[in-house]
Amino acid sequence: MANVKKAIKISQKHLLGIQDLSISDVNIILSEAKQFIDLNKSKNKKLDVLRGKTQINLFFEPSTRTQSSFELAGKRLGADVMSMNLNNSAIKKGETLIDTAMTLNAMHPDIIVVRHQDSGASNLLSQKVNCAVLNAGDGRREHPTQALLDALTIIDRKEKIEGLKIAICGDIVHSRVARSNIYLLNMLGAEVNIVAPSNLMPKDISKLGVNSFSDMKKGLKDCDIVMMLRLQNERMTSSFLSSNREYYEYYGLTPDKLDFAKDDALIMHPGPMNRGIEIDTNLADDINKSVIKEQVELGVAVRMACLKIFCE
Amino acid sequence: MIMKKKYFLNANIIDPQNSIDEVGGLIVDENGLIEAVGKKVNINNIPSREKYIDLKGKYIIPGIVDMKVFVGEPGFEYKENFRTLSEASLSGGVTSVVTMPNTNPIIDNVSIVDFLKRRGRDKAKINIFPTASLTKNIEGTNMTEFGLLRAKGIVGFTDGYKTIQNTRLMSRIMRSAYDLNCLVMQHVEDKELAKDGMVNDGIISTKLGLQGISDLAEKIIIERDLTLLEDFNCRYHISQISSQKSLEVIKSRKESVEFTCGVSINNLSLNENDIGDFRTFLKLSPPLRTEDDRLALIKGINNDLIDVIVSDHKPEDEEQKRLTFAQAATGASGIETLLPLALELYHNESIKLNKIIKALTCNPAKILKINKGNLNIGNEADFCILDINKPWVVKKENLISKSKNTSIEGRKLQGKITNTFVKGEELFKI
Repeated sequence: MANVKKAIKISQKHLLGIQDLSISDVNIILSEAKQFIDLNKSKNKKLDVLRGKTQINLFFEPSTRTQSSFELAGKRLGADVMSMNLNNSAIKKGETLIDTAMTLNAMHPDIIVVRHQDSGASNLLSQKVNCAVLNAGDGRREHPTQALLDALTIIDRKEKIEGLKIAICGDIVHSRVARSNIYLLNMLGAEVNIVAPSNLMPKDISKLGVNSFSDMKKGLKDCDIVMMLRLQNERMTSSFLSSNREYYEYYGLTPDKLDFAKDDALIMHPGPMNRGIEIDTNLADDINKSVIKEQVELGVAVRMACLKIFCE
Repeated sequence: MIMKKKYFLNANIIDPQNSIDEVGGLIVDENGLIEAVGKKVNINNIPSREKYIDLKGKYIIPGIVDMKVFVGEPGFEYKENFRTLSEASLSGGVTSVVTMPNTNPIIDNVSIVDFLKRRGRDKAKINIFPTASLTKNIEGTNMTEFGLLRAKGIVGFTDGYKTIQNTRLMSRIMRSAYDLNCLVMQHVEDKELAKDGMVNDGIISTKLGLQGISDLAEKIIIERDLTLLEDFNCRYHISQISSQKSLEVIKSRKESVEFTCGVSINNLSLNENDIGDFRTFLKLSPPLRTEDDRLALIKGINNDLIDVIVSDHKPEDEEQKRLTFAQAATGASGIETLLPLALELYHNESIKLNKIIKALTCNPAKILKINKGNLNIGNEADFCILDINKPWVVKKENLISKSKNTSIEGRKLQGKITNTFVKGEELFKI
């Protein structure tokens, strides 16, 4: 088994959001994650740093990549991983989040990874259990590991984040990925442009220290990174947009709009993608421009780092 | 009931209705009525054999009239019943409460009013003034029997936390209320604009990832209702406002139509930042807004644009609050802390004491057309004694209300009621 040195202590007990982290916390996580990138490419991917530890994945919302990424990350570190399918569980019988938490807590897990449709759910959970809680997405609020893996991907390709101009485009109002990325990229010294139709732009977003645009071409001008977000139709309870066709015309990432960004600009997307709605399908697959697959790959490394650090 | 006469001397007496703000005494007669009050009452008025209470340094104020209170009877007795509400009220100097109709069943017909009055009379020691709903079952479609309900003792009509959305219905409600001389108390919020909202729409809603409620949702309904009032100016009261924008409309319409307006002590004393990390006890309707809004509301009281301060007492059991913010119930328990929290605004020199007491006593009484909230000679002696400087800390385990969902847990307050009298009888003593 490969030898990986012990993680350095982090300021937080839980990973609830990027907002709670300091720059040094972020650097600890990112440098830890870097060690796992090569490991994940090697033949023997198994470590035993979390041997004997119990990780519970508590997903109240359907997820493919985040849940499998956390599951794989835990297993590669040697933890006992239990993923709970909450569609069939007590939640449907009317049990509250706190009661579920208390029940799981009684099983003495070392770490709980939680995704929930309500903002603040991971905070609530963290107040009621003894182990560390990793937020794998709470409502519209935060998705810290996604932002960390995005940062790692950018650093992997551009070697730095400071001084880069990064556009985050699309359904900002419903996006926890956007919020976590705004905090993290701002912290690491990037200039962040937010591009969205006014109906999908949260109020007072500029107070978070970003530039906001409703014209995509202006928002992409001279950007190093173009991060596209998924239209979250499942969260739209009323009409926000006239049609997908019109959205694609004005806010979908197409070659002509990408031309406004820098020539070597990279395309990112947290997935899952709506091809032909928020992104041109050929651009998404363009290996010279798109780093979407790399994001998924580094996601495992980042989650391994977080599990290792917060488990201790 | 014949009782002993009571004599109080040397108190700071504040009775805004009678423009009394002076050091003096109060005499309560054998029937529990006020016999004399003011600076003319001194030691020479007291028969030499009688004992008197020297209240030097303390205040006497009329019993508070709280215009927006939720009591869990009928249907939600586990949150609050008449007895617990009464005890909680007395400890906060509140002697009269206006109860909301959004119980189960809803107070929307004459027969349930009889039940309510009987329960109130048997279980509560304070004065209960029930409201009925504006529409049957609070569905916003058919009017209730304003005239018959009023004849049964209903003081006002409101759909509680629901707004009459249908403009035509609202106009008809105003006409009926005009004909029958009934008070309409409107919760002002455009339902569609505020849909799914939980907190003020702004940087806090963006940061917390919670659906916001725009202050325009409040402004739109106020503008609509005040426009409708131009046609039939019934007795109309805006239950609670929360924003600066609403005040601008109110100011501009004061000349053309007659109406009154209330505000919750929560909106005067807290702002959206207090929600912190998803404190569900601060999920309120209307929501807490910005500090600028809070300051504007204070100014609104000082400029007489806001007439009434209410507790917006909404007891909720812990199970309804130990949830995610989206799932948690709306509202805070507050009747016990209404006056002490309002006194914070006196101590920090935001509002003059007389103005605060006015907004808590005679102003609501006048709107409701009830003879309460004053120290009129010959009136029932509902009053309380206040130690205005007494420091204390709000702790939920010390609250008397059945539900402990206070919005100000841990807050250091200054000023506490030491004795409360209803109809001349001392029902609370610290």
